[in-house]
Amino acid sequence: MTGPFETALRASRDDGRKLFVPYLTGGLGDDWADCIRAAADAGADAIEIGIPFSDPVMDGPVIQEASVRALESGATPQSILDEVANLDAGVPLAVMTYYNLAFRSGHPRFAATLARAGVTGCILPDLPFIESDPWRDAAREAGVEPILLAAPTTPDHRLADLCAASEGFVYAVGLLGVTGERDALAASATVIAGRCKQVTDKPVLIGVGVSNPEQAREACEVADGVVVGTAIVRRMLDGAGPDGIAEMVGEFRSAIDAG
Amino acid sequence: MSMTEPTPDGRFGEFGGRYVPESLVAACEELEAAFREAWVDPEFLEEFHHTLKHYAGRPSPVTECKQLSKEIGVTVLLKREDLNHTGSHKINNVIGQALLAKRMGKTRLVAETGAGQHGVATATAAALLGMDCIVYMGAVDVARQELNVFRMKLLGSEVVSVESGSKTLKDAVNDAMRHWVATVEDTHYCLGSVMGPHPYPWMVREFHRVIGNEAYEQCMELLGDVPDVIAACVGGGSNAAGIFSGFADTRSELVGIEPAGGAAVARGIPGVVHGMASYLMQDEVGQVMEAESISAGLDYPGIGPEHAHLHATGRATYENVTDDEVVAAFQLLSRSEGIIPALESAHAIAWIAREKRLQGKTVLVNLSGRGDKDVAQMMDILG
Repeated sequence: MTGPFETALRASRDDGRKLFVPYLTGGLGDDWADCIRAAADAGADAIEIGIPFSDPVMDGPVIQEASVRALESGATPQSILDEVANLDAGVPLAVMTYYNLAFRSGHPRFAATLARAGVTGCILPDLPFIESDPWRDAAREAGVEPILLAAPTTPDHRLADLCAASEGFVYAVGLLGVTGERDALAASATVIAGRCKQVTDKPVLIGVGVSNPEQAREACEVADGVVVGTAIVRRMLDGAGPDGIAEMVGEFRSAIDAG
Repeated sequence: MSMTEPTPDGRFGEFGGRYVPESLVAACEELEAAFREAWVDPEFLEEFHHTLKHYAGRPSPVTECKQLSKEIGVTVLLKREDLNHTGSHKINNVIGQALLAKRMGKTRLVAETGAGQHGVATATAAALLGMDCIVYMGAVDVARQELNVFRMKLLGSEVVSVESGSKTLKDAVNDAMRHWVATVEDTHYCLGSVMGPHPYPWMVREFHRVIGNEAYEQCMELLGDVPDVIAACVGGGSNAAGIFSGFADTRSELVGIEPAGGAAVARGIPGVVHGMASYLMQDEVGQVMEAESISAGLDYPGIGPEHAHLHATGRATYENVTDDEVVAAFQLLSRSEGIIPALESAHAIAWIAREKRLQGKTVLVNLSGRGDKDVAQMMDILG
């Protein structure tokens, strides 16, 4: 059965809308929750909330810095999820964090904690498809959709199974590398998105290396949407506040709607 | 219990696995297939062992420590990995991986390093085989091991000082993995210990198996028997895995010695980081803690998954010693035998010097490296 996260994204996609999912680091600054609400109001289709981890191996310098700042200010998974529970953002929420937080807590307990906070999707970038069975079972049981990443190096023989196992959407990793802004959209981005779309009718979003509205528009020529992290988090680090985040989300929204 | 192959999905009991970003899964699979093929290819084995013999200087001897044995009441033998080219056991694994990388058509090596021993060994192999090399090293370690930084540069490698996190080995691994994610098509990650995603823990142990195989033969010749105890220091655990592998099937007791400030096993909480499930120093929600050790090479909050399994099954035990005990052992071996050990290896000496129950027993210590790199740091400490 399709969960609420995927149902919402599919409905928008099937209406002909391209999907915009910003990533914001939870616990970063005093106004991160307001930033999330602002992003939702400005036209985000769903929001990815980062729970900072001590060793974020898929993240480049900007999100590393955001993670360090959030952790140093005392953010914990529970403190972040307590605020998320009261967000009332009006769009589906996913958490992105690293696998050890789920492992340490225990899969069922971690999934239940997310569900209680109203989170319906979860991305764990260091838990590849081949290791994901136990977590996916527990997440599904709790009503949390496990969103899997497909990489440019994922071989064809695995891609169809991976896409079939992913729920919410398929996260197509746009390039070989960690999160961060690049001058141009990598050629690999639309290639992997196209490969995914050949084997699944789930929404396929490109993330990692989608740096500005023009690149987002280009990505959406093939993909159903984009995930944008570093560009947004850099604004948060610069102290842009909810208004600055809303403005940026608006720019992405306009670019992909104009397509 | 033998130290043989992990399960097809890379498990030693409940530990191990391939917890890497999807981008790296195919590279791990490709590496496993290449290693599996090379490790039974007579041509590859011949080249590996030829290089170990004629370039790295193997076999390394076993030395009986007459004075030390008399002083502490324990018969101590040292497996002299400190006498290898580049000054530690690290060269075994690096030669294996560099030859394999070349065979796979890779042109670059990326490595992490703590004390700089693995970095120097990787830089050396890169120079030997004409490959490019980049080494990530925590800023704290760059400061306390500047001689090794200079060595790596002299050997033609780029050294990147890592400013994130605790600025030690753990963070160097993070950045080396990030680099690998971005360069996986032409670059081999030359991981320096029996850790990381499958096949590394298994493959690195196999490249170090030569230590245990030689030591077994040497002990049979010297003693006509295996030693009562095999002792080795453990950060990730490569030198320990190498020597343990030669004695796992015998009556010898296997003991790994961790620094008290980096005792992943003693704290005993399973976790997942750097591609593997193993014991990990972490807080109650799963944030990884920073290890603190006098020795840069053991300053690591985790341990290789096969060690976690050896501990869980009781085949090996893991003890820990304090920095003060290590400093004393460093002096003890230098004074009594004229052998200046690496601070890492001094952990094993510190444990046998402290452990009263070893009186009258025969202990083989893997002297994993020489102490030249640590002399400046010890000058500061001892004044």
